[in-house]
Amino acid sequence: MSMTVYLRRYWQLYALLVLPLAYFLVFKYGPMYGIQIAFKDFNFFQGINGSEWIGLEAFKEVFGMRDFYITLRNTLMLNGLDLLVSFPAPLLLAIMLYELKSIWFKKLSQTILYIPHFISWVIIGGIVSQVFGTQSGMVNNFIAGLGFGEIPFLLDKHYWLFTYLIVGVWQSAGWGTIIYLAALTGINKELFEAAEVDGAGRLKRIWHITVPGLKPTIITLLIINLGHMISIGFERPFNIGNTAVREYADVLSTFVYRVGLQSGQYTIATVVGLFQAVVGLVFVLGANYASKKLTDESIL
Amino acid sequence: MRAHTANRVFDTVNIIVLAAGVLLCLAPFFHIIAISLSSKEAILSGKVSLFPVAFNLEAYNQVISDASMIRSLGFTVLLTCAFTLSCMLMTIAAGYPLSKRNLKGRKTFMFVIVITMFFSGGVIPEYVLVRNLHLLDSMGALIFPGLINPFYLIILITFFHNIPSSLEESAEIDGSSHFRTLVSIVLPLSMPVIATLSLFYAVGRWNGFTDTLMYITSPELYPLQLKLYQLIQNNLINDLVQQEGTQFVRLMPESLKAASVVFATVPILLVYPWLQRYFVSGVMLGAVKG
Repeated sequence: MSMTVYLRRYWQLYALLVLPLAYFLVFKYGPMYGIQIAFKDFNFFQGINGSEWIGLEAFKEVFGMRDFYITLRNTLMLNGLDLLVSFPAPLLLAIMLYELKSIWFKKLSQTILYIPHFISWVIIGGIVSQVFGTQSGMVNNFIAGLGFGEIPFLLDKHYWLFTYLIVGVWQSAGWGTIIYLAALTGINKELFEAAEVDGAGRLKRIWHITVPGLKPTIITLLIINLGHMISIGFERPFNIGNTAVREYADVLSTFVYRVGLQSGQYTIATVVGLFQAVVGLVFVLGANYASKKLTDESIL
Repeated sequence: MRAHTANRVFDTVNIIVLAAGVLLCLAPFFHIIAISLSSKEAILSGKVSLFPVAFNLEAYNQVISDASMIRSLGFTVLLTCAFTLSCMLMTIAAGYPLSKRNLKGRKTFMFVIVITMFFSGGVIPEYVLVRNLHLLDSMGALIFPGLINPFYLIILITFFHNIPSSLEESAEIDGSSHFRTLVSIVLPLSMPVIATLSLFYAVGRWNGFTDTLMYITSPELYPLQLKLYQLIQNNLINDLVQQEGTQFVRLMPESLKAASVVFATVPILLVYPWLQRYFVSGVMLGAVKG
């Protein structure tokens, strides 16, 4: 088929692609062009092209900033703790839901447990400040009822870590069960029947049939999570954190916002963002490599 | 017989633990609802946990009579609709051609798109771009940068792939143009995935906050999340009183905060039960992609 015939037949498909491709070029590749801000003494009057090149000067400055290392440490720390606490939660929950015999109770539980996933972090931040507050919060009311003193869940950095993690579990555990429950539908029910005939108890069946059935999913999700160790959302630490606990709550994303958009140090903030993007890419590619080695499957 | 008893014990414990988990999951909602309906004195004395004390609707009265809150809600509805519609048009326009395996240049286009899933310019270059395009403090800043989510695009392409190509081919033999095939054959068959992706876009926009914080400065363009953030954080009280001239923000008792949070949550909770299955099917579509 000659090119003209081909185009006459397919031009409509290319016409459809024009706007989407323009979108990707402008709004995805445009910012990539803007990465050069990291190497320039950027200001808005001279623009990206007019600003003066400064080489790696801004990188030197960033790598000498105490706050940079603190936010980097916090990012890794919060993600690492999340992995310990929020990663096993949906797994346990999914196994418990799978073991339920009553279908209506299972459906009802799922419906309720999914809800927090649809609540914005701003709203969650509002809820958290009320639930964990010292003056009138439900949790402290309860603790006072037991005869203990109030606990500063939001204002003491160690308690705040607990708050941050528990809120993460609350928000994500229910929704996270979906993928495990889907994997469980693939398990052959006859295995359970055979195990029952052999006299295996419920816990044994879970351990020897259910958990192995979930293993590929667990490994894949674990690798994906490890790949995202350096990337952290902005909204969760920003809305749950406060200035009193900044020593733990300040992460790379909030640092970029504060330094870049609040203080106007665009070059410095771009350097931090670029650092995060490059290291993040290395992590993801490394995770993909590990996944290929371990499970023969690419996660990309 | 003993195994039978052990099973019963397991089931009972399982149900009890799950029920406790479900109640714990709901408890924070009960708490803010209780706070929003209670008197200031009862709240401050620590009497309000799961049920209102000294029931009153004062806080809701104030929220509803606050014109800026209602305007913010209206603007968010408009923004979400405009965003979702634009996103779906763009995603479908990209997804249909890219689902044609024999399209010349398809691999290149896919490559260009997939790259953006793993590497981005970052927050500051995006901000600079939005500012250079004169989109700051406009609805466009909240719509254009997020028009196509590459993950959703791939879900759509996968779905289009699974439509039997014989249907499209027979339409083409009948002389139907690609546009017409898309509109009259492919889209009607794709309603489930279109519903799911629309929901994902809509919820993302409704709940989205970071871009509103970065790009929006005029109070009349505050989406609900930004408005709520200002109220909760309470740190811009003076600015708000000056700009909006309402007495609403002057003193922010807990009940009013809680009522605002409930006010912003209710729309999501109202639609959620009816749409739940579409969300779940969306996760599945994304999961089987690999």
